[in-house]
Amino acid sequence: MSGISKTFRVVQRGQGLRGAAGALFHREYREIRALRNVSFDVPDGALVGMIGPNGAGKSTCVKVMAGILVPSSGTCEIMGYVPWRDRARYVGHLGVVFGQRTQLWWDVPVRDSFELLRDIYRVPEDRHRRKRERYTDLLDLGDLLDRPLRQLSLGQRMRCELAASLLHEPKILFLDEPTIGLDAVSKQAVRTFIREINRDDGVTVILTTHDTADLEALADRILLLGHGQLLYDGTLEGLRARYDTDRTLTVRFTGNAGDVTPPGCTLISSGEGMLVYRIASDTVPLAIAQLAGALSLTDVRVEEKPVDEVIATLYRDLRIQ
Amino acid sequence: MNAFRLLRKYISMLFQSAMEYRASFWLTAAGHFIVTFTSCISVLLMFERFGQLEGWTMWEVLLCTGAVQTAFTLAECFGRGFDTFRQLVRTGGLDTLLLRPRNIFLQIFGWRMDFTRIGRFLQGCFVMVLAVSHLPSLWFPAKLGVLALMVLSGAAIFTGVFILGATLCFWTVEGLEVVNILTYGGQEISKYPFDIYKKPYLVFFTGIIPYACSFYWPLLWLTGRSGSAWCILAPVLGLLFLIPACCIFKLGVRHYTSTGS
Repeated sequence: MSGISKTFRVVQRGQGLRGAAGALFHREYREIRALRNVSFDVPDGALVGMIGPNGAGKSTCVKVMAGILVPSSGTCEIMGYVPWRDRARYVGHLGVVFGQRTQLWWDVPVRDSFELLRDIYRVPEDRHRRKRERYTDLLDLGDLLDRPLRQLSLGQRMRCELAASLLHEPKILFLDEPTIGLDAVSKQAVRTFIREINRDDGVTVILTTHDTADLEALADRILLLGHGQLLYDGTLEGLRARYDTDRTLTVRFTGNAGDVTPPGCTLISSGEGMLVYRIASDTVPLAIAQLAGALSLTDVRVEEKPVDEVIATLYRDLRIQ
Repeated sequence: MNAFRLLRKYISMLFQSAMEYRASFWLTAAGHFIVTFTSCISVLLMFERFGQLEGWTMWEVLLCTGAVQTAFTLAECFGRGFDTFRQLVRTGGLDTLLLRPRNIFLQIFGWRMDFTRIGRFLQGCFVMVLAVSHLPSLWFPAKLGVLALMVLSGAAIFTGVFILGATLCFWTVEGLEVVNILTYGGQEISKYPFDIYKKPYLVFFTGIIPYACSFYWPLLWLTGRSGSAWCILAPVLGLLFLIPACCIFKLGVRHYTSTGS
């Protein structure tokens, strides 16, 4: 995927009745640049997470890759297909889950929805059965299959949804916020499953999420989008190394403290037998060595900021919020 | 699995879904059955007043009314996906359909059908049977075959209009009243022989939206007013209407994938 841009034209409307009436005769268009020159390359079997604030262009990006949106400029090639041009032949290799919609039928047992998908994708019955049994196992769908979707909880529904999107053995799986609104246990199940099908079945997974725990648990690689631009492409560790170098160092000790502040440290609080410093990550070993020399330490704790906070700071610093 | 079998699968699942709400289903169906009688009553009142219409007898007109009714109902039942297409676009369901390697028309048909129309369907059939029983000149297999053809052709053309209406959703969310004029209005107009209207109507509904090809022209043959083979061919020719309708819809899909709205 290289140099993808997408510009939408949106009708700009004046306010109130007057604006609405005006729009009938004269339309002004405002251009929204949803993607600006985004380029990246995803190898087979990768697990990539896309993050970015709302409106950053994640969904647009996924739609372009899925072939249901034609970009204004740029090229994209996936498995030898140009998604939007070869859509008919290409989409059979895709599985897609949109966290907020469903492709299952509301009023019929999940099993029947699965069978319909089998027929839509022309999967032979024995292969379908094998796949269904495997996912039933992995996702613990057992008795869910015979109940209509409307009777399932959100978490159960998402598990069925994931199985449904994989029944035709796609090579690529797009997940748009797969854990949105799920409870802790369901999230865990979904994450474990995504890991497994990526590792064992070699399915390339591209997921968008707002839940940074998803990224920690899943993504080998992160794409950060903001204002339609690709701002970061690399590992979560790399992101942290670049944007979050502060650590919190807490030491506990016995005896008297005196005034020990190793170079590069800022004392942020102190208490009975305890000192807390803010410190740059690369000076941590040196500081601990010095403190160990000056005090009789009983406990040392080095903390990094929660990923959520790192991302929030990042959005602020990059002014993409 | 071929398209036809897939469609059958869709139908059985839609039916299964509808049966989840059995009481609601039967009540709505019964409602349709009763309400549709008003449509015939307006015809009956007309004849009560005038005795005949431009040389057409009451049973001949009722035959037409019944055929139009039945055809429209078939279209409403099976073409429901296009009739309510706006929802599919708004909820993003269309994206899901586009992500599948199957014909988009097939999938939209399979997305939604309205089986409660069985009430109106039966009512339309009932009127046709009643009319035929009073018109002994129709008691030949060939004539009844043409009658069936009229209904099927009419259903296809109503569906075509639904498809055109659905296409509008790609460009606008307002102004869909135009479509209602062509569907409900078309149904209302076609239930009488076109002789009672001014000439331009017949031209429009033969050449542009060919309801007359499905109903009026073959009716001339059925009632012995014309012996021309064109009258029997007209319902088939009317089906050509579906070709531009589907092409325009395809254009709409292309527009959709380039704007994403």
